[in-house]
Amino acid sequence: MLDILEKYNILEAFWMTIRLTFFSAIGALVIGTVLAIMRVSPVAVLRRLGAFYVNTVRNTPLTLIMFFSLAGVGIVLEVSLVDQSSSTSLRDNAIRWAIVALAVYHAAFVCEAIRSGFNTVPLGQAEAARSIGLTFGQSLREVILPQAFRGAIAPLGSVLIALTKNTTVASVIGVAEASALMKVIIENETASVAVFLVFALGFVILTLPVGVFFTSLSRRLAVKR
Amino acid sequence: MKARRIGAVAAAAALALTLAACGSGQPAATGGGGDSGLKIGIKFDQPGMGLKKGSEYSGFDVEVAKYVAKELGTSEDKITWVQAPSAQRETLIQTGQVDFVVATYSITDARKEKVSFAGPYFIAGQDLLIRADDSSITGPDSLTGKKLCSVTGSTSAQKVKDKYPGVQLQEFGTYSECLPALQTGGVDALTTDDTILAGYAAQEQYKGKFKVVGKPFSEENYGIGVKKGDTAMCTKITDAIKKMISDGSWQKSLDANLGPAGYKPGAGNPPTPAACS
Repeated sequence: MLDILEKYNILEAFWMTIRLTFFSAIGALVIGTVLAIMRVSPVAVLRRLGAFYVNTVRNTPLTLIMFFSLAGVGIVLEVSLVDQSSSTSLRDNAIRWAIVALAVYHAAFVCEAIRSGFNTVPLGQAEAARSIGLTFGQSLREVILPQAFRGAIAPLGSVLIALTKNTTVASVIGVAEASALMKVIIENETASVAVFLVFALGFVILTLPVGVFFTSLSRRLAVKR
Repeated sequence: MKARRIGAVAAAAALALTLAACGSGQPAATGGGGDSGLKIGIKFDQPGMGLKKGSEYSGFDVEVAKYVAKELGTSEDKITWVQAPSAQRETLIQTGQVDFVVATYSITDARKEKVSFAGPYFIAGQDLLIRADDSSITGPDSLTGKKLCSVTGSTSAQKVKDKYPGVQLQEFGTYSECLPALQTGGVDALTTDDTILAGYAAQEQYKGKFKVVGKPFSEENYGIGVKKGDTAMCTKITDAIKKMISDGSWQKSLDANLGPAGYKPGAGNPPTPAACS
């Protein structure tokens, strides 16, 4: 078993998993925050737009979004995210589209997590903020959002863990992350329970500390009321 | 109290694991053919080799499987077809969920450690499928700077990465997903076993759009996978393959399934099945 694992660069594959997670988490946080703000904004069109995005994206399988991003938009419609003349354009294009797909998909979940954070802020605070003359933007920035984020830390942690595991879907468009390497090993060495366990362990090592960290963070940063 | 409850859960989980492990050690319930029926693993998604369309099964692998079943004394309607995706073939055989597997199954040393092979019944080679109007690719030597498409983790994909570093490779989950990219010029060629390529080229919706280059650069010996050490079964299947080749059915079914794409089997075909060990 060990000699099999030595032949393959498992750490490199998990490094790709980590990179995918890192960049798409940032993307998802940005898009998700914007969506959450849209969903509580006083403008009805924005509210509906935000709700439409969340309901559409959240209910579409990630595999579809992933494949459609690269094959549909990236290759057939020829929207390239890389310099076409580069010698690694195919690989880089796949990685970047994977990050886009992961960010777009998880943004819907981030939005809902943050919206649940909004609900932890008592309505009276928003009313008080408006009554002392703050605009919607100001009250959001100074009063609501800081508390909302602190209330949303635990669900955001869950989203991050799900995101980490969902990076395996990127193998459907050929990104060389952990599950793609697992497919290679299975193809060459035939499937065995040990191979599955090694990769499962890899993901536990990645996600368990994230869970512990976010739980303690949510306790430390909880708004005392 | 809480600790004890957690302990009980852990014990239940451990029990579930050992049960799962036991499952894989159980012997096959059937096997050997006869009137009890046969369960045969094939590909369901490989046109020309093993394809399921509605309740109809077609392809060269299917024909071989039917012929072997007939020789084992099982009539066609007693065959249960089981889908055997590449990654699950060993497991299906080891756990006795199928009696044998005929699914573009290349004989390799790593696989021989888990299952036994009868055959080869066919020798395929890795080849390239290109757009019909593309004259810039004439074989593996003219690939530098080109973009290829294959399936994530497949042997074909790995070979391209190892042997042709100047080539870019896009990997998808299945070969069919490569075809739109090939059609629109996102990639320049699809690479895998020539049998599979011929099957795609012959498909109704792609007729005349693609062509197989016809310069194979590897040798894949397709065998029929049986339970490891089941020499009796293996010998019977080997005899059936030999008979199929000698009485002309082999050639006939090859022409019927892969002929429409203008496919000619490479050197070494029909092969001489090796003795069972």
